[in-house]
Amino acid sequence: MKVKIWGCRGSLPAPGPENVIYGGNTSCVQITHGDTFIVLDAGSGIQRLGKYMNPNVKEIHILLTHLHIDHMMGLGFFLPLYDPEVKVHIWGPDSGKESLLGNLRRYFSPPLFPVTFSELPHHPVIHELSQNTFSLGGLTIYTDYLCHPGATLGYRITDGKSTVAYIPDHELGLGSSNFPHDPEWTSGYEIAKAADLLLHDAAYNSKEYSTKIGWGHSSVRDTIGFAKMCKVKKLALFHHEPTRSDEQINHLLDTSLRNQDLDFEVIMCAEGDVFEF
Amino acid sequence: MPAQPLELILARQFGDSLNMPVFLVDTEGNLLFYNEPAEEIFGLRFNETGGMRLEEWATIFKPVDVDGNPLPPEGLPLVKTLTTRIPASGSFYIDNMKGERYFISVTSVPVIGRANRYSGAMAMFWKTASI
Repeated sequence: MKVKIWGCRGSLPAPGPENVIYGGNTSCVQITHGDTFIVLDAGSGIQRLGKYMNPNVKEIHILLTHLHIDHMMGLGFFLPLYDPEVKVHIWGPDSGKESLLGNLRRYFSPPLFPVTFSELPHHPVIHELSQNTFSLGGLTIYTDYLCHPGATLGYRITDGKSTVAYIPDHELGLGSSNFPHDPEWTSGYEIAKAADLLLHDAAYNSKEYSTKIGWGHSSVRDTIGFAKMCKVKKLALFHHEPTRSDEQINHLLDTSLRNQDLDFEVIMCAEGDVFEF
Repeated sequence: MPAQPLELILARQFGDSLNMPVFLVDTEGNLLFYNEPAEEIFGLRFNETGGMRLEEWATIFKPVDVDGNPLPPEGLPLVKTLTTRIPASGSFYIDNMKGERYFISVTSVPVIGRANRYSGAMAMFWKTASI
C-alpha cells in the first residue's frame, strides 16, 4: 500500500513562498494498492493529482470524509471526471436528511460551478456511507462518524498487513470523556487503533483551541495524546492552519514534542510526502 | 471494549455538562453513564461504579408508588422508550441505596443517530422532592 499526500492544509488553500515545505493545498491523499486507486477527499490538492496520475488508471474511488468546502473544492477540477474512459466512484457520508448526491449537486451546479454531473461523460457512481465495512480490491475499509460539525466520517484502510487511518477533521476535546484515558468513550478510536500511520487533524496549539471550542478541530497536544492512546506506529499531523507558515509549523512541532517521551514517530504532514507499507 | 457510537459519546458529554440528573443506557438497558446530579439520587458515585448491567442497576434504582409498592418495569418511561424507541415521561417515587425516597419526574428519549443508528436512550430527571 502506498500513500501520497497531495494536500494537507486545512480550511483554505494557502499558496505562497512562506508555505513551500508543507504546501498550500487542502486535503487530498492518494492510496494505491495493486490496481486499486483511492483518493481521500477532494480538496484543492486533487487538481494536481488528476494532472500527474497514471493515465492507465480506469477506475477511481474518491472517499469524502465530509462536504465542507475545503474537502471538495477540487472535485470539479479533477481531470479524470471528464475522461470518458474513466469510471469514478464517489463515497461519502449519509447525512440523514439530504442525500449525498443532492449535496454534491449543490456544488456541481451554478452559481458555484458551471458544469453539472449530467454534463460529465459518465455520471459518478455515488455511494453513501455511515458505519460500514467494505472492500475495494485488496483493501478493507472501515468507516464511522466522527466528532466534527455536520456528518463526518473517518476511514480506516487495511491491506491485511498494514493499516492507514485518515481523520483529517476531528474535535477530540468534545468527542471524548476522561480524555485521553478511555478509548471506549473517545470518538475515532475504532478508526485509529494500532494504525501503522495515522493522519489526524492538529489544527491548533492548545491556546488557540481554547478559543475555538466547537469549531471541529483538535490541538496538537490532544492529537498526540490520542495517537498515544491508540498505540499508533506513526502520526502525521494534518489540517495545518492556512495562516501558519512553514517556520511556524516547525516551531509548533518542536514545542509540542518537547518533554514528550513517545514510542512512535510524530511528523508534520507535508504535501508530497509518500509512505509505503 | 469497542468504542461507543459517536451519538452516545456526545450524549454523555452533554449529560456531563448538565446540572440536572441524567443517565444514559444502551439498547439493552445497560447503564453506561450517570452524571453528578444523578449520583445524589442513586446514592452512588459513577467514578466508583462505572457502567452497570441492567440487572445490577435495576436492583439499585427502585421505583415505587406513593405507598412504597414496587412499580412494574414496563410502566417506567425509560423502559417504554427502549421498547418503542419513542420519548416517554412519568413521575414516581424511588428509594435509593442510602434509604432515601425521592419523588421524581422523568423524561426519556431514544438516541437515534445519522443513518437511523439506534444506540440507546437518555433519561433526564427532575427531582421534585425528597421525602
